[in-house]
Amino acid sequence: MQELDAFRHDVRHWLEAHCPPALRGAAIPIGDLYTGGRNPKPVHSAQPAWCAAMASRGWTVPEWPAEYGGGGLSREQSAVLREEMRRIGAPTPLFSFGISMLGPVLLKFGSEAQKRRFLPEIVRGDIRWCQGYSEPNSGSDLASLMTRAEDRGDHYLVNGQKIWTSHGDEADWMFCLVRTNTSVPKHEGISFVLFDMRTPGATARPIKLISGASPFCEVFFENVRVEKSHRVGEEGQGWVIATYLLSHEREMISGLGSLINGTTLAQRALKIFGIDANGKLRNGGLRHLLARFELDSAAFRIMLAQAARTRNAAGMGAMASAVKYFGTELNKRRNELHLDIEGATALQWDARGPMGEAWASDWLRSKGNSIEGGTSEIQLNIIAKRVLGL
Amino acid sequence: MPLSLTEEQEMLSRSAAEFLADRASIAQFRVWRERTHEQAFDPELWREIVGMGWPGIAIRESQGGAGLGFEGLGIVLEQLGRHLSVTPMNSTVLCAATAIQLFGRAAEQAALLPQIIEGSLTFSLAWDERPHFDPFCVATAARSTAGGWLLNGCKRSIADVSSVDRFLMVCRITGEASDREGLGVFIVPRHTARLRIEVTPMVDGRNCGEIVLDGVELGVEALLGGAAAPAATLEWFADIINAGLAAELLGISEEAFARTLRYLKDRSQFGKLIGSYQALQHRAANWFVELQLARSLVQEALLALDADPASSLAAQGPALASMAKAKASQVAELATNEAIQMHGGIGMTDAHDIGLYIKRARTLEQAFGDQSYHLDRLARLGDY
Repeated sequence: MQELDAFRHDVRHWLEAHCPPALRGAAIPIGDLYTGGRNPKPVHSAQPAWCAAMASRGWTVPEWPAEYGGGGLSREQSAVLREEMRRIGAPTPLFSFGISMLGPVLLKFGSEAQKRRFLPEIVRGDIRWCQGYSEPNSGSDLASLMTRAEDRGDHYLVNGQKIWTSHGDEADWMFCLVRTNTSVPKHEGISFVLFDMRTPGATARPIKLISGASPFCEVFFENVRVEKSHRVGEEGQGWVIATYLLSHEREMISGLGSLINGTTLAQRALKIFGIDANGKLRNGGLRHLLARFELDSAAFRIMLAQAARTRNAAGMGAMASAVKYFGTELNKRRNELHLDIEGATALQWDARGPMGEAWASDWLRSKGNSIEGGTSEIQLNIIAKRVLGL
Repeated sequence: MPLSLTEEQEMLSRSAAEFLADRASIAQFRVWRERTHEQAFDPELWREIVGMGWPGIAIRESQGGAGLGFEGLGIVLEQLGRHLSVTPMNSTVLCAATAIQLFGRAAEQAALLPQIIEGSLTFSLAWDERPHFDPFCVATAARSTAGGWLLNGCKRSIADVSSVDRFLMVCRITGEASDREGLGVFIVPRHTARLRIEVTPMVDGRNCGEIVLDGVELGVEALLGGAAAPAATLEWFADIINAGLAAELLGISEEAFARTLRYLKDRSQFGKLIGSYQALQHRAANWFVELQLARSLVQEALLALDADPASSLAAQGPALASMAKAKASQVAELATNEAIQMHGGIGMTDAHDIGLYIKRARTLEQAFGDQSYHLDRLARLGDY
């Protein structure tokens, strides 16, 4: 306990000295967090320096081993760091798929050389990663993917197409599922490979969504050369790695739900509708919806916190499906509530909320939450099969 | 499971489950409900429960209890829900022992709590006067007289009304019905002149009834704590009761789920187990997720009610208690409705046990505020 207090003391002083005042307490929406990469596009000018400072202590990834650039912190120390950051309103220094998805995979399945090469880059945010999973004909049935990797001795030649690749046009490297064997059952012929998006033959094309934004790309591969030393795990082990990674992705997506605070919505509703003679929101139907939402979002936050306390190194396992399912459905509810609260204003493309929220495009974007990372229906399949044994 | 019990709590949960499966099972409930309604619970069973120390679970060690808090009591209540066991744990322990600790003076606590712990005194709480819980809408009058108190009015929805030794009655000392202040908690022996009991059999097969007070005379010592009960303490009291009932509801939902899951893996139609059909798999999976959410809230609420009153967690106690009760009620409705639907025709028969859970669940939901009451309260607590 005393050690932890000393650690807190150290953290507090260090944060005071290093967190740029301009970033403190700035409510940075998830889309404006710093993502790093070769050509970083910080929304706030102080973000790169803040990321570099945190990375120098490994605190962009507090619980990764120090030998790979991580913070080497225990879970308790990591919680202290989060608390101290929250105390001064310090934003997340680096938000990346390298941290939330590829890193855990490399730590578990990567070779020593791969860990030493790629993990420190992720910690510093030098390289921005994207995920090559879905294909036009392989959505929920991901294991049916067709992108071929042909064995050419020391390397593979990759041909095919990926879709729904988040920020595929801005990312530097891709972790990708490819078919290395077509003569075995579909789950057994997949491998997990890494390559630079600048490799000749790789092309990314953004897709415009109903929200007006283009966060996703189609990515085409024409004779893309991938070194065999950049295959993670054994040939044919890709599906095992993919499902491990997906449970981490689901935990990350479900984190969206934990950002929700039911009472803030109520405050906003009070501003718009006012109160009646009994001091209640002047819209009984909305009041009921808000209370139900407050209840479910609190239940979800508490469930996530409890799951985080009891999760082991391998992650939440099948519980990740439960939190992904409920967290994304909850986020959709929140966005529908914005429309209920703001009315027609929320449907104006250019309208912005008090925190800069773009209600219309956020609402439309949220519809994808229960599709990406495995649809809600796939999550329910997983729970039925793995948890309930049906 | 996100649930993390300590070793001590796990032992308590396991021993409660084993004991109740053996001594207070559904088979025993079926025998019990066929009897007349003159006895609320089996006194022999109660003696055994007392022997295990359950009445003192949430009572401080310095007062002779086990000091396991409402978290500990919640574990037992959850098991009572799972087994549909008929005991006076709610009326005497969750309600009365809590009231005595909250409102009683040191001397009253010292006199009454040991009798509850050793099983020589049972109580039930008489608060409601209407079909819905409305804590300050109390018209039953307690008038101060030369010799003590004179009580007039009507109380309803009183659990175990035919068997308990005494009632704790929430009565109005001053003010108008629905004033927040001016209420007091009175101890009224069951055998009292001009007190009439009327049994109102309920769907859950438990003993329950109404009491008419027609000029009941009591001594000055009848008022627990010797003074009116502060509104905030009465609300905290209801919060504790609701978190406890939420734990029992959770147990009902979990057992209904476990039994239905077994049925899905046992019953075949069209040549396949019905659990292999996606329509039912998705409903079962959603049900599972809802159970986890209810469990999280119930645990957090009990934790908050045990927390240091000065802590930030305790400050959330009222909201958490209402959320726990509302969520546990919503999930119990889902669970007991789905349990019947997924069992199909057999679920509609009295001979099958699955139909018993819905009856107990609805009775518990109505007690001390249903979903809509607690959602409304949550909004009030959030000032909207």
